[in-house]
Amino acid sequence: MLVFVIRRLLQSLLVLFVMSLLVFAGVYAVGTPIDILISPEATQADRIAVVAALGLDKPLWLQYLLFVQHAFGGDLGKSFAYNIPAIQLIFERMPATLELASFAMLLAVVIGLPLGLYAGLKPKSLPARSIMAGSILGFSLPTFWVGLMLIMVFAVWLGWLPSNGRGSTVALLGVPVSFLSIDGLRHLLLPGLTLALLNIALIIRLTRAGTQEALLTDYVKFARAKGLTDARVVGVHILKNILIPIVTVIALQFGSVIAFAVVTETIFAWPGMGKLLIDSINVLDRPVIVAYLLIVVAMFILINLLVDIAYSLLDPRVRLSDAGTN
Amino acid sequence: MSERAPALRVEHLSTHFDTRQGVIKAVNDVSFTIERGQIMGLVGESGSGKSMTGYSIMGLIDAPGKVVGGRILLDGTDLASLNPEQMRQLRGNRVAMIFQDPMMTLNPVLRVDTQMTEAILAHEKVSHAEALRRSREALATVGIPSPDERLQNYPHQFSGGMRQRVAIAIALLNKPSLIIADEPTTALDVTIQGQILAEMQRLCRDTGTALIWITHDLSVVAGLADTVSVMYAGRIVESGTVDAVLDYAKHPYTRGLIDSVPSRNPRGQRLKQIPGFTPSLLHLPSGCHFRERCPRADEACLQDPQLSNEPHAVRCFHPHTDRVEEPA
Repeated sequence: MLVFVIRRLLQSLLVLFVMSLLVFAGVYAVGTPIDILISPEATQADRIAVVAALGLDKPLWLQYLLFVQHAFGGDLGKSFAYNIPAIQLIFERMPATLELASFAMLLAVVIGLPLGLYAGLKPKSLPARSIMAGSILGFSLPTFWVGLMLIMVFAVWLGWLPSNGRGSTVALLGVPVSFLSIDGLRHLLLPGLTLALLNIALIIRLTRAGTQEALLTDYVKFARAKGLTDARVVGVHILKNILIPIVTVIALQFGSVIAFAVVTETIFAWPGMGKLLIDSINVLDRPVIVAYLLIVVAMFILINLLVDIAYSLLDPRVRLSDAGTN
Repeated sequence: MSERAPALRVEHLSTHFDTRQGVIKAVNDVSFTIERGQIMGLVGESGSGKSMTGYSIMGLIDAPGKVVGGRILLDGTDLASLNPEQMRQLRGNRVAMIFQDPMMTLNPVLRVDTQMTEAILAHEKVSHAEALRRSREALATVGIPSPDERLQNYPHQFSGGMRQRVAIAIALLNKPSLIIADEPTTALDVTIQGQILAEMQRLCRDTGTALIWITHDLSVVAGLADTVSVMYAGRIVESGTVDAVLDYAKHPYTRGLIDSVPSRNPRGQRLKQIPGFTPSLLHLPSGCHFRERCPRADEACLQDPQLSNEPHAVRCFHPHTDRVEEPA
């Protein structure tokens, strides 16, 4: 197990290296930030001084090598726009995004799993059919539209919920969080629901398919033949077996929700990493973009590792072999 | 529940499946009785309704199937009079079932101790420690070495034969009056099959548990059962004591089954077989369902034959009366 984890971490370093190369070259190709950063009235001498100070006068390969050198020291460069370390900038915004993403995934599981189970157990009933029809909507409606509609209905027409910002935050271990205050929760609800919708649909479909498959198995028949209550047959025998694909999807979706909460954060003016990324792209703040993408890659790697470990806990037949996994 | 009532009496049981193509009579007017401690072989081809008979008794028929008629009396209790919760209390407690494929019947992600104790705790308010103790005992009874360690294992750590023993141990946990075994040795190799058969016979004798052994293998029945019922296309076509049915088989179908046992056929000759194949339950021939495959069929067989009312009963207008030939 330990060997497995170490091996995976070494593989991750390689992935990170390749990613940094791609991201660095990609961002370089997008355009030069100098024209945006320096006012048109600046003199030529000022321009050259700024370019040199930002290190943009060096050739790309040298810029990259310097970046890698600093990266090993934990320094991913300073933001051009804010003049503070990019990594610090991102970590300041990260709790807001993590909170939103966690809340969205929690909603997705709490709503999606029971609905999926129900739809799987009684596939012909009217509620089950409605659930499945609804899940198609969840798949097909674009996030930005759902967000706007939710704002329209709950913030504008009904006036029940606020439409933007985090609301009042409470410090938890020195990190500001919204979910501990009523006002914060009210602010969380709409963006959380917007992000959760697709995942609710996904989890419903996965759970339903898994449940229907499990219902036909002999071990479920045998469990019923033992005289177990329906609650135990469904809650233990079926659920534990169908949890593996669901856990995978939840984890991977958690990663994408964090990485791509961009649209939702923009619509709801949620001060998270996604909004930072959009702002940085607008001013071509290269270090922040590069640092953001690398952090997202690192996060995906970490999540995948956790999923692999979760497998071995859920399914005794899966043993993490020291020779790596498939 | 009187003490003299047989372990199980099934009267005119019918289980139908309402499908888009029509009604499938999977179990059609089936009656039999099993005394305490007795072993009955329920024999037939795939699709003859023998497993469905078992599921009907367990109350585990899934939609679109439904028990549409007849009575099932377990220890004298009419199962139709029970509500779903009472029926659940009865399953695994007074009547237990063992399935065909031991690789599939145990839940792969739960430890054996969980799967055993839950069967006790579903029916009795005992402490977890007590349930564990009884589980260990049951494992020892079915001949699993070092049951203490084995309780901690997952199903995939057992061989097929061992898994079937675990399933049998689970069936025995609550000392049921009746166990329904649905081809439990079909998936096992012959030596393991022999061990399990002997084990089951001993356990039934020791505990007074009645046993329905569902199988397509007459040679298994010959060594194990007290009585035999032969099913064909949802109906019982012949029933009686194992000696009577196997030595003096009356129904042409039973004869066909006996003749097609490989060890009864002389070496180097083609195996005898019953011509044709099991009819679809949707398109059964009128009258005797077997007539299209039967060498003895004539006009009379266009009528529905009734099961004769004698200890060695047969559903045929032209039953055999002679002894089954000894193999050459």
